[in-house]
Amino acid sequence: MTLRLLPMAVALAALSGTAAAADPNLARNLAATCFTCHGTNGKSVGGMEPLDGEKKQKIIEKMNEFKAGSKPATLMHQLAKGYTDQQIELIADFFSKQ
Amino acid sequence: MTFSRREFLRIAGASAAAGSLAGYARLALAQQAKGNVVVIGGGFGGATTAKYLRLWSNGSVDVTLVERNPNYVSCPISNLVLSGDRQIADVTLSYENLAKKHGVKVIQGEVSAVDADKKQVKVGADTLSYDRLVMAPGVEFMVDQVPGLTRELSETTILHAWKAGPQTVALRKQLEEMKDGGVVAICIPKVPYRCPPGPYERACLIAHYLKANKPRSKVLILDANEDVVSKKGLFMKVWGENYKGIVEYRKEQNITGLDAATRTVKFDFGDPVKADVLNVIPPQMAGALAKAAGLVNQNNRWCGVDWLSLESTAAKNIHIVGDSTFPAPGMPKSGHMANQQAKVAAAAILNLMSGQPPSDQPLVMNTCYSLIDPKKAVHVAGVYGFDAKEKTFKSIQGAGGVSSEPSEMEGKFAYAWAKNIWADTLN
Repeated sequence: MTLRLLPMAVALAALSGTAAAADPNLARNLAATCFTCHGTNGKSVGGMEPLDGEKKQKIIEKMNEFKAGSKPATLMHQLAKGYTDQQIELIADFFSKQ
Repeated sequence: MTFSRREFLRIAGASAAAGSLAGYARLALAQQAKGNVVVIGGGFGGATTAKYLRLWSNGSVDVTLVERNPNYVSCPISNLVLSGDRQIADVTLSYENLAKKHGVKVIQGEVSAVDADKKQVKVGADTLSYDRLVMAPGVEFMVDQVPGLTRELSETTILHAWKAGPQTVALRKQLEEMKDGGVVAICIPKVPYRCPPGPYERACLIAHYLKANKPRSKVLILDANEDVVSKKGLFMKVWGENYKGIVEYRKEQNITGLDAATRTVKFDFGDPVKADVLNVIPPQMAGALAKAAGLVNQNNRWCGVDWLSLESTAAKNIHIVGDSTFPAPGMPKSGHMANQQAKVAAAAILNLMSGQPPSDQPLVMNTCYSLIDPKKAVHVAGVYGFDAKEKTFKSIQGAGGVSSEPSEMEGKFAYAWAKNIWADTLN
């Protein structure tokens, strides 16, 4: 019994660890916080950087540079600090697929 | 580690006791949301909710938006109408694309009653049924809290112009007709009110107009608050440098009397002020319809909501978005925040309509630009995460902040921000 349950316990632990990824709308919902300025689905209507179709790795790099303060910004250095690395990865993945 | 769908269901099914897992099993079995949502109020909160309910359900949910005005007049940028740098037409936007592009049924009309038990809304002679209702009625002015002010005065001579539209145009006319050497008084209510930095931006832009056209005039900011409530350092510097001799700021100015005929305001402390243009922004509460529907349950002024779904804490199946909500700590009543809340509400409503719980980790952020003249702007920004323990949004420590100084680059961003939020809300 114990032996049979063990793999399941491991499986459950792994599942709860990736619970965020299991919510199919989490990336969309997080990315939607960017839409107000950067346009619906990242399609800016002008004056703000479009994010749709941008390479995932490039968005992650930029956000990390904003966080670190190494990329000049007016406010993105302040906003980037509000997002975790995991959230940034989900957001970057979402925009790269638009 | 990945699972096939069958494995996932087997494991999840075998562990019904494993709390959140059961929720995600349901997510894995997600059904398409179906039903009918009525949205009352087509501002940044209501219109955005209507659009995203359609967009994120791929059109499977029917959405009806009821709005009393034929067009949307944006509060952001409207202070430039007062300074003469924009016309009201420049901040007037159409609801057309909500219908054309997103299939929202837009009804121009006035809601006379909400029946939460029957799940019905009365609009004129029509009755609309809903599965879920979204209310975004904005703010109502508590005119009776200002001694001497009446609703009629606040709409004819002692204007607030705190909802962009005819009042904005009328206040501009008063400014144009004022003689050089006149006094413009802006009375600010105690927080919370719509758009915390808005009155200070207004003071800057009116001062900008006066400086060029009627340089002997003054702008008196008569603030009921203990201090400047937003971007203090930035505004104080601008008033002291760019508008020296024109703008004067006075704190803790609680109105105790107002004489409309002489445009004189009295305060509990300090000298009375006789103004040539008297702009009194009354204290605010949740929109009148929220009160009538029994949804005002916080301090007799605001609507309590469950922040995971924006569902009212007073009535089931009714969600409240925007300025009518009882704010989470530090959460401003801004158009940007209403647009952000709308997306949390839309996502949650679609989950609920397909038998799933709302996401347990919503996030919202805010950016407010204020123009200090028609070219330069400053900002305040913040990010708010959900605190599961206290069941509310909380400002994320270390994130957010204000501009280091006014700049033309931020001026350009302020205009781009407006264009993009208008499009994200209405197009």
